[in-house]
Amino acid sequence: MIEAQQLTKRYGEKTAVDQLGFVVKPGTVTGFLGPNGAGKSTTMRMIVGLDSPTSGSVTVNGRRYAQHRAPLQEVGALLEAKSIHPGRSAYQHLNALALTHGIPRRRVDEVIDLAGLGSVAKKRAGAFSLGMGQRLGIAAALLGDPQTVMLDEPVNGLDPEGVLWIRNLLTGLAMEGRTVFVSSHLMSEMALVADHLIIVGRGRLLADTTVQDLIREAGGNAVKVTAQDPARLREVLAGPGIEITGTTGSEELQVTGLSAREIGLTAIEHQIALFELSPSTVSLEEAFMDLTRDAVEYHGTTGETLGRAA
Amino acid sequence: MSTTLAPPQYRVTWRRVVRSEWAKLWSLRSTWITLGVAMVFLVAVGLIAAVQYKSQVGSGNPMDDDFTGATAVSLALFGVNFAQLALGVLGVLVTAGEYSTGMIRSTLAAVPRRVPVLWAKSLIFGLVALVIGTIGVFAAFLFASGIVSGTDAAISLSDPGVLRSLLGAGLYLGLVGVLGAALGSLLRSVAGGISVLVGVLMMVSLLLALLPSSWQDNVGKYLPSTAGESIYALTHDAGSLSPTAGLLVFVGWIALALAGAAYRLVRRDV
Repeated sequence: MIEAQQLTKRYGEKTAVDQLGFVVKPGTVTGFLGPNGAGKSTTMRMIVGLDSPTSGSVTVNGRRYAQHRAPLQEVGALLEAKSIHPGRSAYQHLNALALTHGIPRRRVDEVIDLAGLGSVAKKRAGAFSLGMGQRLGIAAALLGDPQTVMLDEPVNGLDPEGVLWIRNLLTGLAMEGRTVFVSSHLMSEMALVADHLIIVGRGRLLADTTVQDLIREAGGNAVKVTAQDPARLREVLAGPGIEITGTTGSEELQVTGLSAREIGLTAIEHQIALFELSPSTVSLEEAFMDLTRDAVEYHGTTGETLGRAA
Repeated sequence: MSTTLAPPQYRVTWRRVVRSEWAKLWSLRSTWITLGVAMVFLVAVGLIAAVQYKSQVGSGNPMDDDFTGATAVSLALFGVNFAQLALGVLGVLVTAGEYSTGMIRSTLAAVPRRVPVLWAKSLIFGLVALVIGTIGVFAAFLFASGIVSGTDAAISLSDPGVLRSLLGAGLYLGLVGVLGAALGSLLRSVAGGISVLVGVLMMVSLLLALLPSSWQDNVGKYLPSTAGESIYALTHDAGSLSPTAGLLVFVGWIALALAGAAYRLVRRDV
């Protein structure tokens, strides 16, 4: 369980994280989404105490990270930037971390196997490929058998097999009842693993929602209709919860809240000729783009004076 | 939460942080190389100085200024100036190296209270430098004594001040290691840490020569380099501190650097 309240981080004049509030619950995979520079990594660094918030707070299982007696057992984190000494082997790196907590060597061997690093565990980590480095970071995150696993862009640099491995790992960890918090700037990747989504843009919370709700809110199930008499079709379709948009002079309408079947039946009832009737499901990617584009525009206009002052 | 097995009880303790730092120190090749270099400096430079002295005594020519009044102790300690650089630089690497590689994020995620890491690193590396320095100094003395026996420089371990001087040199080298670690942590940069270390140990006393002589007498003996030298010098004059006073002043400087390092470690993001 991760809880952030009014979490804010400023670097000089620049606000990287702006009054962010969210709860990451156990038992599900929560995706942390946002364009590059949205403040995801900064937020994650604040969760494990590497950066201190300018104001607000973030707690893990009810306490600040640094107040836990065995922090690695509370949160296992893979951070975006490389966090190893290239001169040590994977085994030596993990063992040094394990020693701080009294984690047995057996567990070090376990996570090495789990991350598929068995064959390279004795090699210098500096010679690792991006993907191997990522696996080592994940092994370190799992070392303390933590209740909460937090991974920043875990699929970066992984080959398809590695990506699949991560997906299964994340869903497996959530099924064990753990809190899983994963950041990404790729909605398509998140859609495959995440149940819950926390979406940020420019440091602000844009949406705290589920995958299904996001599609629905973004006007997911719109139907495109081209009719001979769009004005009349508009009248006969109108009703509560139904939204119809279209430009005057054009025969095309966008209808949300009705299925293509319902529109077709209503049209024939009122003898309106239809030329086209096609449901267009908005992809998760589009919904995400819409959401973040709005945020950027919003900040661009209202935040202008602030921006100039910086 | 919903795990059925009772999770193992892990816990961060001071002793475990020390064990972790111990493992980290010895798992890097640079540790072995630099400690080896320090040892070679101590023994080889002491040996060369002794051989050089012996050949000048034998030649009958006037002696170099460096060698007037030389003893087996002063000859053996010729290498300290070189060894202190190796040990100080390794001290900087022990702390600042974590910042340049990014390892510090892993380290502080495991020990989020942070300061125990600085204490553990300083303690461990200080002791390692002390042991290497002491062994090296005594080895250099044994070799130098053997070479200069029968000359004016010959001096025995039981002569007054000899044992104190050699142990003092080992202690000084240990403290230089701690100073390096403190500076590396304070500056978070290998290059910056080494620069300041070299500046403190070698350059400041050169700059002092530019000051009025009354200043030199009053301020000079309290500088880290001169105070440190008093710890292991065999003879002391009115212009220098006693070994104990020198030790206290040098430890004071290191405490200052450590306090700054601890403050910055706790207060600043990584």
